[in-house]
Amino acid sequence: MQLHDLLIAPFADFAFMRRALAGAIALAIAGPPLGLFLILRRMALTGDAMAHAILPGAALGYLAAGLSLGPMTIGGLAAGVIVAAGSGVVARTTVLREDASLAAFYLISLALGVTIVSLRGSNIDLLHVLFGSVLALDDATLILLAAIASVTLVALAALYRPLVIETVDASFLASVSKSGGPVQIIFLALVVLNLVGGFQALGTLLAVGMMMLPAASAMLITADMTAMIGIAAAQGMLAGYAGLVISFHAGLPSGPLIILMAGLLYLLALVFGPAGGLLRRFKPGQHLEG
Amino acid sequence: MDVAIRFSDLTLGYDRHPAVHHLDGEVERGALLAVCGPNGAGKSTLLKGIAGTLAPLAGSIALPRLKFRDIAYLPQATGIDKSFPIDVFDVVAMGLWKRCGLFGGISRSETAKIRAAITAVGLEGFEARPVATLSGGQLQRMLFARLLVQDAAVILLDEPFTAIDSKTVADLISVVSAWHYDHRTVLVVLHDLDLVREHFPQTLLLAREVIAKGKTGAVLTPENLSKARSMIEAFDRQAQACARAA
Repeated sequence: MQLHDLLIAPFADFAFMRRALAGAIALAIAGPPLGLFLILRRMALTGDAMAHAILPGAALGYLAAGLSLGPMTIGGLAAGVIVAAGSGVVARTTVLREDASLAAFYLISLALGVTIVSLRGSNIDLLHVLFGSVLALDDATLILLAAIASVTLVALAALYRPLVIETVDASFLASVSKSGGPVQIIFLALVVLNLVGGFQALGTLLAVGMMMLPAASAMLITADMTAMIGIAAAQGMLAGYAGLVISFHAGLPSGPLIILMAGLLYLLALVFGPAGGLLRRFKPGQHLEG
Repeated sequence: MDVAIRFSDLTLGYDRHPAVHHLDGEVERGALLAVCGPNGAGKSTLLKGIAGTLAPLAGSIALPRLKFRDIAYLPQATGIDKSFPIDVFDVVAMGLWKRCGLFGGISRSETAKIRAAITAVGLEGFEARPVATLSGGQLQRMLFARLLVQDAAVILLDEPFTAIDSKTVADLISVVSAWHYDHRTVLVVLHDLDLVREHFPQTLLLAREVIAKGKTGAVLTPENLSKARSMIEAFDRQAQACARAA
């Protein structure tokens, strides 16, 4: 009975907790696989930069219509696409590389976004934008999160081969197919889409955490790509559940707790991970015969 | 002569500076052609042009009765990211891309073909090895297996034997010879002239422009080689627009 009170009752008794759990699971299904590809493509910080880049667009939506789903989502998507395309153009046409131009864009975006929110809102609204409100997900937001997760999974399944080939050996893909460019663009669009979804629940600053932490952790646990994707998504879900339960009982903010749980799983993998964790590095065992 | 590749007044280069300048000529179908010349002669650039990854600045490359998909190209520095969690079998299977595309399955006969290719390059037993654990020579063997699976009519290899031991070179040369025997058109950029004399019936000596082309013995003469070496390699920032442009 006590275990039931601890682990199940919060969700059985409170609709907002069920909604939060559904939202967190939707985010955990789609985000971590994308995060894996971001890491494998050495674009981990790109995800972070894109997450910040969404802010001014969402803030403009907020300025126009307050805390409502539609305008903030559309604004966020538009801003994400503009920054992704803009930094790509800057990287190709000036001496700055992609990372430098992304860094420039996202710092401007973050400052601009916070300024725009402050124009109209209170500090509470600002906190909502920066750290999300996973406990206040309404029907429309839940449907948006579920739709984003579905679209992402279907798109990833369709693009899996060219995306893997492009990541492993871009020059080979270029020599056999013209799909390299479109694949990159669709991939970035999926990242933006998921960050916009994550933004609703976890806020600008933490949305990318649901993508990156489970992905990085999965890479420490297995060396098999397929297993990695499954493990990353499973960890995201576990972090979502555990974060919500702990935040409920301890009266702590849920968004940060979810990311903290993902961080805890990451730290565990960092130490114990069989595919590259610290323990394995420092106690590798006797060498083999051949 | 049955022509596989035809260059017409071809100029290839970067940022308007030519690396291959006003090239004319043909490559016969089924030819095994070594492409030689000093560094900066435009050998790699020519291969990129044929592979279609670099558009000509002027002139054209024609591949009669061949499509983009009939060309297999192995660039000089492999862009393989060895840290990606993928095994040898899967990399070799990439060679099936043109037949399988996004969703096509790999049939039993294609699986057998992949295994045969891996065996043919001497990597039997390495199928499940992560690429991260391969040595330089093993990596090159794996890339040759992928070329075998690609089953292309035209094969372009850019310095495929650089930094590779003699046993591996011998094994891979036998793969190249088998392609020649199959009447595939093979172009190989090489610096090792002894290897060229021994295994390549035809040679194209390049130094931005064609110095000589034809039977290897007649091309790789001391006069031709010294002529190729005298090519001006300096990059002229103040270069005028080419007067020979049509």
